[in-house]
Amino acid sequence: MSIDLTRRRFLIGGTLASTSLLAGCDALVENKSIDNVLQAGEWLSLKAQRLLLSGQQLAREYTEADLSPVFKANGTQLPETDEYKRLMDGQFADWRLIVDGRVRTPLSLSLADLKAMPARTQITRHDCVEGWSAIGKWTGVQLGAVLEKAGLAPGARYAVFHCADDYEQSLDGSGRYYESIDLVDAWHPQTILSYSMNGRDLEIAHGAPLRLRVERQLGYKHAKYLMRIELVDSFAHIGSGRGGFWEDRGYQWYAGI
Amino acid sequence: MTQVATSSDKPARVKVYRHSLAVRITHWLNVLCLTFLLMSGLQIFNAHPYLYWGEYGSDALPDASFVAIEAYADGDSMKGVTRVGPIAMTTTGVLGASYSGGELTPRAFPAWLTIPSYQDLGTGRRWHFFFAWFFVINGLVYLVYGLVSRHFRRDLLPAAEELTPRHLGHEIAQHARLRFPRGEAARRYNSLQKLAYLGVGFVLLPLMVLTGLTMSPGFNAIFPWLLDLFGGRQSARTLHFIVAALTVGFVVIHLAMVLLSGVWNNLRSMITGYYTLHLDGGRRTGDEH
Repeated sequence: MSIDLTRRRFLIGGTLASTSLLAGCDALVENKSIDNVLQAGEWLSLKAQRLLLSGQQLAREYTEADLSPVFKANGTQLPETDEYKRLMDGQFADWRLIVDGRVRTPLSLSLADLKAMPARTQITRHDCVEGWSAIGKWTGVQLGAVLEKAGLAPGARYAVFHCADDYEQSLDGSGRYYESIDLVDAWHPQTILSYSMNGRDLEIAHGAPLRLRVERQLGYKHAKYLMRIELVDSFAHIGSGRGGFWEDRGYQWYAGI
Repeated sequence: MTQVATSSDKPARVKVYRHSLAVRITHWLNVLCLTFLLMSGLQIFNAHPYLYWGEYGSDALPDASFVAIEAYADGDSMKGVTRVGPIAMTTTGVLGASYSGGELTPRAFPAWLTIPSYQDLGTGRRWHFFFAWFFVINGLVYLVYGLVSRHFRRDLLPAAEELTPRHLGHEIAQHARLRFPRGEAARRYNSLQKLAYLGVGFVLLPLMVLTGLTMSPGFNAIFPWLLDLFGGRQSARTLHFIVAALTVGFVVIHLAMVLLSGVWNNLRSMITGYYTLHLDGGRRTGDEH
């Protein structure tokens, strides 16, 4: 009996100790000033990679033999907005990519317009922030070529990608997917607006009719279902101001690591 | 080397300055970094609790993973199952499914091992990369100090005679019997200590950094040869996990040795720098340096 009591006390003590330890750790995690200090890690990663990638080195390109047999579709698999359904029913004939914001000539490009531009094909590895990877073959038009067509106006510092899908249902539109990259990545030769995957038209689950490929960053930066590219000098006024759907939910804006 | 002798007829207690300030500071900062790196690393692992070999791998490919830590429905409840290759074990309560807020929850590693305790990949990554940078900078300080002060050569590099099978066999047998060097012999690290510290400092921890960098798409563009070195990004992720497990294994043995070979003396020496030697009476030697 006494052993049992001691054991019980020990177990209760242990549970309390571990619970308070957990609570202590979570209190640290939720402390805003600690969080601000920890963001130094992201800043260091960005600065170190930008320094070492000043030559705009390419992400590794693979061969057909390296393609993964199944490419996992992640995030939204089928946008549920009426607008997207209408475009999909019309085989995206009425779909237009809007390029506006701080540009000299706002553009409205059809899929045919994009396919008429010089194409780049690349077999690259897609790394999800969760940890998995898949290798796919992507064909599309370089973002740089589109930006050249539009012409950047003074103050253009980021390209913001507005998407068709609501990743989270919301009344105020805050669940709409969007992403942003800076001009270093925007001008990178492997940063393409892709309309074809593994030799076929881009599937709905992978972001038809057009998705971004920004090969030196993680998967959540590769926005799908592109509707509009807006050139801005700051993304503070968009969404919750952190530069993307996942960024607004605590993920890092720079996803090169 | 500073030392203070006490009484001469009893076994003499000699204080020796064993750990320099730089070693002590970098040691404790390393403890801090590795603790948070492990806990935030397990948080990140929980986002995709599978391991693969090669360049790619995802749960859309059945049978691609060789390690999986999953939860399955089990009647009204659930069970945690850990699979390594063909072997599957029920690990409910610890791996796959464990208690969180009093409820059995599907999660690879349990709440008490992750930062934060709840599922939050973005925060886990923020903690991981902050402490990864901290760890790398701390490691570089240690490396420069160890080279410049000759700490590595003087204290860690084993002499040729220490590496003979006979000598190592003897030390292993002594350690296994929990007989640790005393007196003069405890003045310096023994050969097993030297090899363990060198193995961790120059093999395991650098491998942690390199396999970690290999998972970064940005660093892949900078150092593509890392992908070849480790056999692909998913192999690097798997190795990152295995080397982390080996590092935890080292820490467990290290703590056991600290406890068994004189916990207060060991702890004090890593805090103040001074370690007490118990010399036999009369055998106390004159000038040490």
